[in-house]
Amino acid sequence: MQYPSKLIEDAVNEISQLPGIGKKTALRLVIHLLKQDKESTLHLSEALVNLRTQVKYCKVCHNISDEEVCNICSSHRRDHTVICVVENLPDLMAIENTAQYNGTYHILGGIISPIEGIGPDDLKIDSLIQRIKNRSNEVNEVILALSSTMEGDTTAFYLTKKLKDFDLKVSTIARGIPVGGELEYADEITLGRSILSRTAYLHG
Amino acid sequence: MHLENISLNCFKNYSTLEVAFPKEINCFVGANGSGKTNLLDAIHYLSLTKSAFNIVDNQNIQHDKDYFSIRGNFRVNTKKYQVQCSLQLRQKKVVKLNQKPYEKISEHIGKFPLVLINPHDTDIIRGGGEGRRRFFDVIISQIDPAYLGNLMQYNHGLKQRNSLLKQFAESGNPDMDLIAPYDQIILDLGHKIHLERSRFVTKFVPIFEQHYKNLSEQKEHTSLHYTSELVQPDFDSRFRHNLQRDMALHRTGLGIHKDDYVFKIEDYPLKKFGSQGQQKSFVIALKLAQYDIIKDQKAFKPLLLLDDIFDKLDDFRIKKLMQMLGEHKFGQIFVTDARPERTRAIFESLKSDMDLFLIESGNIKRIE
Ligand SMILES: Nc1ncnc2c1ncn2[C@@H]1O[C@H](COP(=O)(O)OP(=O)(O)OP(=O)(O)O)[C@@H](O)[C@H]1O
Ligand SMILES: [Mg+2]
Ligand SMILES: [Zn+2]
Repeated sequence: MQYPSKLIEDAVNEISQLPGIGKKTALRLVIHLLKQDKESTLHLSEALVNLRTQVKYCKVCHNISDEEVCNICSSHRRDHTVICVVENLPDLMAIENTAQYNGTYHILGGIISPIEGIGPDDLKIDSLIQRIKNRSNEVNEVILALSSTMEGDTTAFYLTKKLKDFDLKVSTIARGIPVGGELEYADEITLGRSILSRTAYLHG
Repeated sequence: MHLENISLNCFKNYSTLEVAFPKEINCFVGANGSGKTNLLDAIHYLSLTKSAFNIVDNQNIQHDKDYFSIRGNFRVNTKKYQVQCSLQLRQKKVVKLNQKPYEKISEHIGKFPLVLINPHDTDIIRGGGEGRRRFFDVIISQIDPAYLGNLMQYNHGLKQRNSLLKQFAESGNPDMDLIAPYDQIILDLGHKIHLERSRFVTKFVPIFEQHYKNLSEQKEHTSLHYTSELVQPDFDSRFRHNLQRDMALHRTGLGIHKDDYVFKIEDYPLKKFGSQGQQKSFVIALKLAQYDIIKDQKAFKPLLLLDDIFDKLDDFRIKKLMQMLGEHKFGQIFVTDARPERTRAIFESLKSDMDLFLIESGNIKRIE
């Protein structure tokens, strides 16, 4: 596509890097921004810059956080003896939105998939084990809330193996979630029910 | 099932074409390169949303044009359907049923089934096991959609396991906790797929044998066997004990992905000892058995496309085939032949039921 201005071209190129946005959509957004007053674009860019430069990850559960420790991990009203292991932030938010769960989380930051070169060392598995090992945490239950895909199942199996020597209840969320389904897209009722009726993992 | 007409735009060597097929038997004759096979391929697109010959869709757009479009009207029992398949250069292929585009094109496949027999089919015999597995997998998937799901899961698990093997070999330290779930998936799904294949072949073989006998007047004895490592009672433990070798080769050496179908003539491999005519007869019998199986499954007759089928068959076998056509064992048929005189002679007895079309460099004309 030919652009009348290098400024427009640069903006379109940057915006179209975002997932799900092609050049046409990017151009529409750029033109929209130009029609608004300057302030709104400045607010937008400021928010993005702050997001990227100031964001922190909770050093306990790897949730996104404004502080060293996120507000779930630091809350006295949450049950710190239970950890729910999820793949990523959207999955954590999906479970939070069910309002059925009062424990803490642990974000793995991905899922085991050899094809994509993602192995256990690329995930936050060690820090999970450390959390459990640390007696003062008194963790007595781990819930594996991973997508019911082959990769989710493989990751759950691997974690179960790593956790089997601890005095813990390890469970996986009940599969009200369609097989092959991604957690993030499950509706809240299904997801809420799955959390409540989680099933214990058999040590194999 | 009946294809009532077809119209093409910018498809291979056809700029525009509109033709009606009121009859059951349709013969396309014309010189080499005139476009007979291309017209069959357009019908193939309407049924299976892709070419039978060139999987690169945009190479089927007419040279120097930027789109193709194929439209056809089908009749199944008394219901009518319009199918359109079109491709704009640099865009996604669009398939529409009654003007409504599919979200997932794969949902179209199986609605208007078709069996094509063409000269490349002897690759099933002469080529590697992959082609034979694909031939049977496609048929089994059509009767049992769960089979296709299992097969796709299996292949995915296999790819994951092979990547893992490579990583293990590079790091020199295999982690059994990582590979165990993939082993389990491959074994569980492998046994399911193996069972489905065995069951299917048991059903398929008698139908196939009947067709071969009929074509050859029992001149020669042929056989078809399904072979698989999974028949061994100790397969699972052999599979697990093979890890070191798998790691060395970066690939899973045992499993249903190594299954094969063995074709023999008088107890010798057909691949090496069958004549061209015998191999061709074998393929025709395979395809006619496929036809019967789909027909039973769908409870209506698929289209049958016969591309250059008469070459290499002796008069007797041609006569047998024609007898089957005459007995209306098949529904609508599309036949190509580069030799109009032969076709005319072959179809002499069926004149009333048939239309003969002459194709000349992308144009079609019905011959009285
Ligand atoms: N994308 C395309 N654009 C234009 N022409 C094409 C395209 N693809 C193939 N062709 C032409 O189509 C012709 C081949 O047509 P086809 O294979 O249908 O012949 P045929 O009548 O079956 O011949 P034969 O008797 O040799 O089997 C060739 O001349 C080829 O150049
Ligand atoms: Mg041809
Ligand atoms: Zn936290």
